[in-house]
Amino acid sequence: MIRFQAVSKHYPATGHEALTHIDLHLATGEMAFLTGHSGAGKSTLLKLIGRLETPTRGQLWVNGRNLNKLTQRQIPYHRRQVGMIFQDHRLLPQRTVYNNVALPLVVASVRHQDIRRRVQAVLNKVGLARKANSYPISLSGGEQQRVGIARALVSKPPIVLADEPTGNLDPELSRDIMGLFTEFNTVGVTLLIATHDVSLIRPLRKRIIHLQQGRVQPAHPTDNS
Amino acid sequence: MTIPHRTPQYPKRRFNWLLQHLQDAVSTLGKLCRTPLSSLLTVTVIGIALALPGGFYLIVSPIQHHNQHWTDNASTISVYLAQHLNNSEINQIHRRIRQEPGVAETHLIDKTQAMDEFRTHSGFGAALDLLEHNPLPAVILVQPALNQQHIDQTERLATRLRAWPGVDAAQVDLQWLHRFAAITHIATRGIALLAALLGIAVLLIIGNTIRLHIQNQQDEIAIMQLVGGTQAFIRRPYLYEGLWYGLSGALVAYGLLFAAITLLQNPLRQLGSLYQTNLALHLNDPTLILLLGCGSPLLGLLGAWLSVRQHLTSTSHER
Repeated sequence: MIRFQAVSKHYPATGHEALTHIDLHLATGEMAFLTGHSGAGKSTLLKLIGRLETPTRGQLWVNGRNLNKLTQRQIPYHRRQVGMIFQDHRLLPQRTVYNNVALPLVVASVRHQDIRRRVQAVLNKVGLARKANSYPISLSGGEQQRVGIARALVSKPPIVLADEPTGNLDPELSRDIMGLFTEFNTVGVTLLIATHDVSLIRPLRKRIIHLQQGRVQPAHPTDNS
Repeated sequence: MTIPHRTPQYPKRRFNWLLQHLQDAVSTLGKLCRTPLSSLLTVTVIGIALALPGGFYLIVSPIQHHNQHWTDNASTISVYLAQHLNNSEINQIHRRIRQEPGVAETHLIDKTQAMDEFRTHSGFGAALDLLEHNPLPAVILVQPALNQQHIDQTERLATRLRAWPGVDAAQVDLQWLHRFAAITHIATRGIALLAALLGIAVLLIIGNTIRLHIQNQQDEIAIMQLVGGTQAFIRRPYLYEGLWYGLSGALVAYGLLFAAITLLQNPLRQLGSLYQTNLALHLNDPTLILLLGCGSPLLGLLGAWLSVRQHLTSTSHER
């Protein structure tokens, strides 16, 4: 589903090499965690998959497509295949929860009736059905995070990427959210979740990819405590 | 390796697409109405910028029309016959002129007719009665054939006629008309230039207004791009905004022209009556309506399109 082949990412402005020679493969339906210190390149790796950034060197295939060969015009269609969740939620403050979550369907020209049905379903799933008409500012951090998750899942993308989705949440909420991800994984969604909270993910017994200074380290989850 | 492909298929219907356009059209109009002051200011500036060349056009286009009319009429040659000729000699010359090549039509004004005309139009009626003889010569008005109406050809015909015995003078007085035509030609060019410059101004006003709106909505655009909004989708509401600005600017311009014409109508009528011509200005000029009604919305669309494009290309490296 996702395949990195000798991918490097270099930022010429700062001279910083964020990722060095990454070789990585995520199978369809796999759920994996991306760990490492801040600045290890976790966010950059996720951004490459969502085509928010382009690799400096190497090849990257997502869902059968070589992202280097994606034209400007094809980028939006690629992003519709990839649900992205950010630590800072990236919600629109002047829109209601409902409208925030509906956005991926609106931009994809889904019919009104279908949008209503699917948004309600996904809000039920993340436990925010009652907050549909609230504005993000009136929600707690955990609720905002769940709005972000609902937005990433509403269009049922085959791939979901999450960057520190439990960053500011208490352990209980974090476990809830991880449970939500596991649940989606069971229906076949490929997930890649960046987190520094190893104690939270170890019980899940999923693959852990450890990044250190832009390089993939041999995966030994037990080393990371 | 083969990677399974799972593409969510959304029912894309033409109706849905149309519905979205309608939604964007209505919602952008609503957005403009929610900030009435700034919208009104922008629209008024556009209206004034469009009313200026529109007004000049309204003034020049009837003059041009009259000019054409005058030029056609004035290409007549007035052939003044010698005083001493009697009626049969006059008729003979008239017949000969009619057979001359390049002559389309002739009209004889004999001495008595000339006298009557002069009496009614000049206001010297009483003075003329004092004269013993009719001092006016007979005149033959010669209208050159249509394909001979160029000034040089008319001049040549006049020179030929001038040389005839019994002809005192043959006059073509086109010079002033041609000067006038040249002046109106320059004026027309000037107005076209002005219209082009103010058209660019309108483009820049709309483009800049929309650029500011885009800047205010940068985050929203970024998130739309993040969740897979195409450039067309992001561009669409702004295009409608430009369209509305252009359209309402044209309406304001039309209103301003209407007001100006209402104010000018009476003085113009008075001036016209002094020159025995109708100098009325008409707002229902199809060229004007077409230029305002289509040109302005097109400028709005173009301005919006350029602004969105500029924004999308400048941010495409970051997103």
